[in-house]
Amino acid sequence: MAEKPLFHYDEARGRMESVRWLLAAAGVEYEEKFIHTNEDLEKLRSDGVLMFQQVPMVEVDGMKLVQTRAIMNYFSSKYNLYGKDMKERALIDMYSEGLADLNEMFILYPFDPPGVKEANIALMKEKATNRYFPAFEKVFESHGQDYLVGNKLSKADVHLVEMIYNMEELDTNILANFPLLQALKTRISDMPTIKKFLQPGSQRQPPVDEKSIQKTRKIFKF
Amino acid sequence: MPGKPVLHYFDGRGRMEPIRWLLAAAGVEFEENFLKTRDDLARLRSDGSLMFEQVPMVEIDGMKLVQTKAILNYIATKYNLYGKDMKERALIDMYAEGVADLELMVLYYPYMPPGEKEASLAKIKDKARNRYFPAYEKVLKSHGQDYLVGNKLSRADVSLVELLYHVEEMDPGIVDNFPLLKALRTRVSNLPTVKKFLQPGSQRKPFDDEKCVESAKKIFS
Repeated sequence: MAEKPLFHYDEARGRMESVRWLLAAAGVEYEEKFIHTNEDLEKLRSDGVLMFQQVPMVEVDGMKLVQTRAIMNYFSSKYNLYGKDMKERALIDMYSEGLADLNEMFILYPFDPPGVKEANIALMKEKATNRYFPAFEKVFESHGQDYLVGNKLSKADVHLVEMIYNMEELDTNILANFPLLQALKTRISDMPTIKKFLQPGSQRQPPVDEKSIQKTRKIFKF
Repeated sequence: MPGKPVLHYFDGRGRMEPIRWLLAAAGVEFEENFLKTRDDLARLRSDGSLMFEQVPMVEIDGMKLVQTKAILNYIATKYNLYGKDMKERALIDMYAEGVADLELMVLYYPYMPPGEKEASLAKIKDKARNRYFPAYEKVLKSHGQDYLVGNKLSRADVSLVELLYHVEEMDPGIVDNFPLLKALRTRVSNLPTVKKFLQPGSQRKPFDDEKCVESAKKIFS
């Protein structure tokens, strides 16, 4: 049988967390080799296994894949989370790309200086509440189905629920006006593999704290 | 038959240019609806055409697609520029994402405050010369084929060649250090559809000048 995918990243959410959520949803086991020091990163670089000298990198099916989207798209295709045809994939991509914009802010804000951090938290809450969540609530209102696309679980649903959890860390009440998103969150969270992923001791990474910020800064030298 | 795709954006490169290149390379004629004022953008927003209130938006095959990468993925799939299987698509995505990272820096450059432009240009040059271009040169060297993936033109080739043109505007002669990239650029540029797109009077957009920057700021700010 094929080997389990092997993830190379630091022991943090960052740009790998969406991949962790996706494989959890697909019920796929994977291993992680955490980068703990800058030397660990430099070793990967000098071994020539990082195409653009960057992680995330996933060893899967004989490939050493870098770039979060390339990794996400590959696993989505492999585990049937990417729609049944070209048009469904277009919708899934549109939804996921919108979420990626919000996620980019979420990944970066813990590293912002004071003042900027508070402004970015406010901006994320505003964008989630007034731009992104209304758009997705409307998708559900329009087709009345359990999932965003094709009446079937896709990467867009998983990514949206991940972002819901993220935004709730900023504002526990942020879903108050979005009953259909609340229902989706419940539906996805109750899937056995996601339920397990949401339990303590899983491969889900905790929120960023000061200690992990310092560690990440040392690894990536910024 | 379905009508031509309609591209909604301001009259500049921005985030729509990779889409123009890909449609052109695929030999697909398209129309453009240029946003000129904030009201133009507000109208698209209020009529519900923009899922996330943002352009680019492309009307294609009955859909109003937003998000550059969603649009590119759809066009690439439709016109057979996205590899023959899942693994080829993974490589194409990896390569295209690298291009997109550098292209984003290039895209932002004209809009930066004057005090930051010099550092940004130095960073673009450094990353092009020392990170991205060597990586693609190595891919072409390792398999010795004419295109990045599957011995066949893909969207990765198109976006890389677009990037080569854009970076060379900022760092003349940079491609001379990368003979296989130079050969790829020549090869792709000589495809009839791309050659036409590179001619004056095509729908290709020039480097953003001061007037273009002011126009964009007026619409989006």
